[in-house]
Amino acid sequence: METLLNWLYAPWPWYVAGPIIGLLVPVMIWIGNRSFGISQNLEHLCAITQPKAVGVEFFTYDWREHTWSLTFALGAVLGGFLAGVVFANPDPINLSVAALTMFSYWNVPIAGGFLPPVLFGFYWQSILIMFIGGVFVGFGTRYASGCTSGHAITGLATLQPQSLMAVVGLFAGGLLAAHFITPYLPYSFP
Amino acid sequence: MRYLPYLIAGTLFGFTMIKSEAASWYRIMEMFYFQSFHMYGIMMSAIVTAFIGIQVMKRLAGRSSLEGSPMQIPSKGPGRYKFILGGLIFGLGWGVIGLCPGPIFALVGMGSIGAIAALAGALHGTWLYGVVRNRLPK
Repeated sequence: METLLNWLYAPWPWYVAGPIIGLLVPVMIWIGNRSFGISQNLEHLCAITQPKAVGVEFFTYDWREHTWSLTFALGAVLGGFLAGVVFANPDPINLSVAALTMFSYWNVPIAGGFLPPVLFGFYWQSILIMFIGGVFVGFGTRYASGCTSGHAITGLATLQPQSLMAVVGLFAGGLLAAHFITPYLPYSFP
Repeated sequence: MRYLPYLIAGTLFGFTMIKSEAASWYRIMEMFYFQSFHMYGIMMSAIVTAFIGIQVMKRLAGRSSLEGSPMQIPSKGPGRYKFILGGLIFGLGWGVIGLCPGPIFALVGMGSIGAIAALAGALHGTWLYGVVRNRLPK
């Protein structure tokens, strides 16, 4: 029992987490012939909240047909609460020495948890950065019809060339931003 | 009740996003600087597992799923530029906020301010795409 509890609190190694995520691809087909992916819910949330008077064609559809997907997203939120609040890892994140050195060079303090407070805290500068980054993520994932889960995992596992293009794009974009934007953000405001 | 399997699958997904630290901004930066195998290990083992799972499902294709529809292998729609350009735009955001949509949802469950801001941004980005999509290269 104690071992099980330890395992629920501790972070999981890649060889446990990866296969669980990968297994969701056949499981979603088995449950209801669904393609594993989460970002379509951004579209559904826009469809739910769109006022009738606005009527952008892309969001004018019966989102109720996608209740399964919204339920999956609700599960992800619930899973996040369980893993991050109920069974929160009490220890600091175990990063590589190279990464620790880099973050101290960037002026990003590693203060408890697995998210830097300087970017995820209640400061208007960080909220603005996270919001603008989110706009890119939302726009890009809908334009590419998928994100890391739908393209990198489902798409590559089903050998789809479109997904390979998307993965090349998202990794190239990520490398560019991580090397030429992120190190130069102002991290000294709090 | 009909949607319970999706709720369970989603919960497992969100739980794993946090427990694997794939939802960690630090881990994503570590990945983009090739300083650790962790994230690559997750992605590669997920793809290999999904690939094997798909091969099994192919043998079962045509049989009915739990919901009753015949099982088939998912496929992405047509297009060319949208995948690479959409991916690039997505990546430019990902490389700064260190979050893709899965972790965003999981972190919202933790009440993370940054993730709530990112979700608000992602919804605005999605909206913007819906408005301008007909003018973008396909």
